[in-house]
Amino acid sequence: MVTSFRLGSAVFKNRVFAASGTYGYGDDCLDVADVAKLGGIFTKSLSMKPRDGNAPPRVVETPSGMLNSIGLANIGVEKFINEKLALLRSLDTGIIANIAASSIDEYCAVLDVLDAEVGIDAYEINVSCPNVREGGLSFGMNCELTEEITHRLRSRTTRPLIVKLTPNVTHISQFARAVEGAGADAISVINTLIGMAVNVDSRKPALSTVTGGLSGPAIRPVALAKVYEASKSVKIPIFGIGGIMNARDALEFLIAGASAVQVGTANFIDPAAGITIAEGIEAYCLQHGINDVASLVGSLDVGEALSVLDTWV
Amino acid sequence: MMIREFSRVETVEEVGENIFTLTFTSPLISQEILPGQFVNIKGNQYTDPLLRRPFSVYLAEQDRLSIIFNVIGRATTLFRNMKIGDSLDVLGPLGVPYDYDSPTFHTAVLMAGGLGVAPFGILTSYLKRSSKTIITLLGAQTSKRIVTHHLEGVRISTDDGSSGMRGTVVDLARTIFHTVKLNQPKIFACGPNKMLEATARMADEFAVSCEVSLEGPMACGFGICQGCPVEIVGQERKYSLMCKDGPVFDSRSIRFPR
Repeated sequence: MVTSFRLGSAVFKNRVFAASGTYGYGDDCLDVADVAKLGGIFTKSLSMKPRDGNAPPRVVETPSGMLNSIGLANIGVEKFINEKLALLRSLDTGIIANIAASSIDEYCAVLDVLDAEVGIDAYEINVSCPNVREGGLSFGMNCELTEEITHRLRSRTTRPLIVKLTPNVTHISQFARAVEGAGADAISVINTLIGMAVNVDSRKPALSTVTGGLSGPAIRPVALAKVYEASKSVKIPIFGIGGIMNARDALEFLIAGASAVQVGTANFIDPAAGITIAEGIEAYCLQHGINDVASLVGSLDVGEALSVLDTWV
Repeated sequence: MMIREFSRVETVEEVGENIFTLTFTSPLISQEILPGQFVNIKGNQYTDPLLRRPFSVYLAEQDRLSIIFNVIGRATTLFRNMKIGDSLDVLGPLGVPYDYDSPTFHTAVLMAGGLGVAPFGILTSYLKRSSKTIITLLGAQTSKRIVTHHLEGVRISTDDGSSGMRGTVVDLARTIFHTVKLNQPKIFACGPNKMLEATARMADEFAVSCEVSLEGPMACGFGICQGCPVEIVGQERKYSLMCKDGPVFDSRSIRFPR
């Protein structure tokens, strides 16, 4: 059974990854998760300087989902390299450094610092955080800027470059094509959807930033449709993300066109969720006589059916 | 060491007005947990409620843990309605414990506002083991919402005067600190933020050290979601995490959330 996944110079054990911002730097999960059985870990977003993040409340549960407004709280790229990278490297799993920034120059600077280090398999560029007023969505909702960031970063590294796209746009396919054209090796689809909750007793927003990012099973059908749309518009691999809780959820994404998946919110409930999912995908393949997980990718049988997406993709 | 354990529900009891205790087997976590630490519990296998819910451990006896809670929303309704033998998915022990055996104090003054008693059963048993003198001050809206199981040296205050002194638990503590000479006291407080802030101010007035246990929304309970910041003073960084750096903090080390 072939489970491995190649992305440019990187080869991962399998196609199930921990999503950025849902696994810290890996070290907090080791007591309850054998992380060597993951395809890899996408780190918490790294910025040049440490970031405190947003004021509380930062999280609230919503029906089958949660809203967050963490605000890219992180220890900064230097501390990451000095205090976290060595342990991460020892974990025998893929390491994808997620980069967030408030300017194109900052993206470049963080990437340069990381590119001097060994043991990082790939980069994921976060242009889609909905909870910061500088950077984040102001890049990710602007196709030209997203393209420019990708282009600038592409010229600085030979490591695989993955761009994490926001669903908060009219046509994600347009953004997918733009970053593919600018040299991205893969895209991650999707970051969180802008959402909101109100405490009717206090008439205050549930989050300190009024709106936040919605994740969890509530967004899975939306995420799946975005993956399907993106997969029809680009040839580069797609990391499917959005409310994946179990192997069947992950299989939906693979069949719809994702080459790999990232597990996010599920880690908050069970840090070993991704491992259980990877095992479940393997069991499914055995059961269905599939000898390479890759053959599932994009295997959706729509027959003659057309989606509304087909009118613009 | 964080442990994930599948537990069996032993009892659900109503111990006060809309206050319940849930007791479950937990052979591994019960051996490790210390006063003030918490567990993060999921009571269903479905996606709604989605996240675990954090609870202070009220008691740890043999291989069992008990939590105490108000029924507020869907998750606590689910816990109230559990039957003997039902399964719970429990993650713990989480967070840092109270400093319950320091030689720097002799008299432990436990102060609970409302359901702030949540960590006090286990705290009492550890304090007794350390031969500390214990005074427990409980404040609630009414006598029906006072829980005293497994507590020691209990004095009560109620908002409506239906039991004990009429007033807040901080009022009650103030009268005690004014009238009684306590031997090397230290305050252990748990309750709503406003009560904790008033407690911290009072502790400063009487120059008594004070640890508070905070409650607030969190997703994971062990640091990966970054969802539970607590503003701290005198550090380079602005926030600590309630789940990992707390939930117990020295009252002078934090700014109380509003």
